[in-house]
Amino acid sequence: MSKMTYAFPQSLSETRTHYCAGCGHGIVHKLIAQVLDELNIREKTLLVAPVGCSVLAYKYLNVDGLEAAHGRAPAVATGLKRVQKDKIVLSYQGDGDLLAIGAGETIHAANRGEDITVIFLNNAIYGMTGGQMAPTTMEGQKTLTSPQGRDIADVGSAMRACELIDTLEAPYYIERCSVHDVKNVNRTKNAIKRAIKYQVEGRGYSFVEILSMCPTNWGLDPVKSAKWIEEDMVPYYPLKKFRDKGEEA
Amino acid sequence: MAAKGEPLINSERCKGCGLCIANCPKNILEMSKEFNSDGVTFPTLNDEETCTACTFCATMCPENAIQIRRF
Repeated sequence: MSKMTYAFPQSLSETRTHYCAGCGHGIVHKLIAQVLDELNIREKTLLVAPVGCSVLAYKYLNVDGLEAAHGRAPAVATGLKRVQKDKIVLSYQGDGDLLAIGAGETIHAANRGEDITVIFLNNAIYGMTGGQMAPTTMEGQKTLTSPQGRDIADVGSAMRACELIDTLEAPYYIERCSVHDVKNVNRTKNAIKRAIKYQVEGRGYSFVEILSMCPTNWGLDPVKSAKWIEEDMVPYYPLKKFRDKGEEA
Repeated sequence: MAAKGEPLINSERCKGCGLCIANCPKNILEMSKEFNSDGVTFPTLNDEETCTACTFCATMCPENAIQIRRF
């Protein structure tokens, strides 16, 4: 008898995404949908969509939610969670949103230990606006606004979000993962599941950073983009669990 | 060796990124010669006997264009 061992998640809309071929957003959306299915919490999940390529995330995940102004997703998520404590609130953000215009909101929501889950997709570039330098752009990486490569003497070096948030007292769970190969996609799913489960249990702020491909703006094909993450990004952005108070307890 | 399963490929969802082909441990996926209605080539199974239903191709697919059926 045959059975489906990898089926289309119920929490994911059948709408085709607007993402470019090989973009990591599609993989991460799918993982979130799988986790919502497995925890059976789709009906009580609220997604705060950011500004950036994933601005239309609410179209692809079959959950309720709000669209936040650029960078304000953690602040909007804070409000949602404080008035609807029984809901599961996810803030889905890219690097420009989370670390540039929204750096203040990000740090303070984490510092307050808001009972929300932030899913941070780091592709080292501004995708939606056409490939400008982001706070996470690697040293020497060429973008539209750093045509000679990022010059750290001029604009500083790439910011590491997990390490920043790990300096704060309140966050409950912090992990960095990647979606460049099968093993890491599965690890990412486990991290998302753990983060959301902690929120279901009311433990507090959880943060999952995911390194992801942006083939179009990197000027590489999808397979080479995955390789670039492995060879260039991972040494600078180590993949590890920074904090898990659930495990320490 | 008989196949343990098969990928069900929805060619209309596919954007042709090729991550499934690059991650197939048995190297049994290849790009089609035809195009879908977006003008994109998509993966096809070139060896129906070898698939182990490992789900690697489906796991890497950003478009959810691949589902796996285990026999």
